[in-house]
Amino acid sequence: MILDVLIFGLIIGIFVGLSAGYLGSIMVLEKMALVGDALSHVALPGLALGILYLEPLGLSAFIGGFAFLFASAVIIWDIGRVTKLSFETIVGAVFTLALAIGILIVPQPDLLEALFGDITKVALLDTITAVIISIVAIFLTRIIYKKIVLGMISEELAVSHGINIAKINLVYLLLVSLTVAVGIKIVGTLLVGFLVVTPAAAARNLSPNLFRYAVLSAIFGAISASSGVLLSGYLNVPAGPLVVLSGVTVFLLTILIKWRTK
Amino acid sequence: MEKSNDYILTVSNLGIKIQDQTILDDISFKLKRGATLAIVGPNGAGKSMFFRTLLNLVPHTGKIDWSTRVKIGYVPQNLSVKDIPISVREFLSFKRSSNIEESLTSVGLNSKEILDKSLGALSGGQLRRVLIAWAIINKPNVLLFDEPTTGVDLDSEEAIYKMLMELAKKNDITMLIISHNLHIITEYSDYTLALNSCMNYFGESKEIVSPSLQTIIYGEPVCKRAHEQE
Repeated sequence: MILDVLIFGLIIGIFVGLSAGYLGSIMVLEKMALVGDALSHVALPGLALGILYLEPLGLSAFIGGFAFLFASAVIIWDIGRVTKLSFETIVGAVFTLALAIGILIVPQPDLLEALFGDITKVALLDTITAVIISIVAIFLTRIIYKKIVLGMISEELAVSHGINIAKINLVYLLLVSLTVAVGIKIVGTLLVGFLVVTPAAAARNLSPNLFRYAVLSAIFGAISASSGVLLSGYLNVPAGPLVVLSGVTVFLLTILIKWRTK
Repeated sequence: MEKSNDYILTVSNLGIKIQDQTILDDISFKLKRGATLAIVGPNGAGKSMFFRTLLNLVPHTGKIDWSTRVKIGYVPQNLSVKDIPISVREFLSFKRSSNIEESLTSVGLNSKEILDKSLGALSGGQLRRVLIAWAIINKPNVLLFDEPTTGVDLDSEEAIYKMLMELAKKNDITMLIISHNLHIITEYSDYTLALNSCMNYFGESKEIVSPSLQTIIYGEPVCKRAHEQE
């Protein structure tokens, strides 16, 4: 049984790590690293409402977390579109509010799990959901990846190419919400932003081109998440902080490699 | 005898307002096929907005009539390439064309040497040439360049303009260029359009060497009507 849980956690770790790393590579380029981090906190009030109202009905509280992320992404996108404020500014304002409300309404016994995740509670259905969502997120992001990058290089160039930047940004934010919602199960709302940001930052150190950057971001994400989960099973401590430590180790190694090759 | 299909672009009473602020007002002129038009004016005169309007990216009043079968290549002034790990090959492959190497060669770059370089690692001159290659890759018959030599030293600037003119002549391309360099304008363009919210001047570029005209071009809005092209 314990082995099953570890295997489920490992599978979720690999797939969520791949998708979070891949999607995060765009966020780091957009200089929206804090957005990924902050967006994850928005899930907390949703998780709280899920624990209070969905779990008694036999449903997963993470549905609440995802619904909040999804709604927040749409609201943030629309505020950005109307006010032209940067995503960082809007998310910065929204996420502290969400965190405050979340901490106030999450029942105390569940607060630690919501904040830091708990792989001992993952089941087969969670694993299948995580795998499917991760594959869909990677596939759809791959379709819009180059368009987003062209928009970063020059918004005018992208628009003159017939690219609707506002629309693809919305799709991207929704995919990030999906990935973050799945990642919360392993690393929790406080640390899932790490999986979006640090693997991509590590990949940036070793990438002269977009292809290598995107692939390495995904691989580093998978390595960070899966090694964190494995260590968690071995040391019997929560996976979240170990995922962060593994990821930071990868990041430091890439700095070392870059420094040596300069 | 002048024919209507001599003109590739006819702009009539063009106006742009954004949030009740007039950006451009009452712009009217005709541009001959194969000609080079320089667009000049002080900062904030609406030059870049004018290009965006020609690309139909901005709501406007009045009429912009491109002749049929026009294919436009466009290079904006500002690009953010320093922080993005993208190679020249990846950048040009956005265009989904098999002409990548041919385009690089025609702007004087060695495709074997430059294709796998990171865009952010190129010199100002190389980057501008890559952007020109980007613009011509799908074989357009109109090119819009928003300050094509930004970030380029004086020698390279001259070389880039020479190359642009050769390209335009060889491929019968009509060129619209935003520039601040009066020497470049008089040397390489046939006509000049001076904007300052409204149209201060439209006519042959060789006329703008006159100091009084330069005052008009860079001074207060005077909203002159277009000189008719011969």
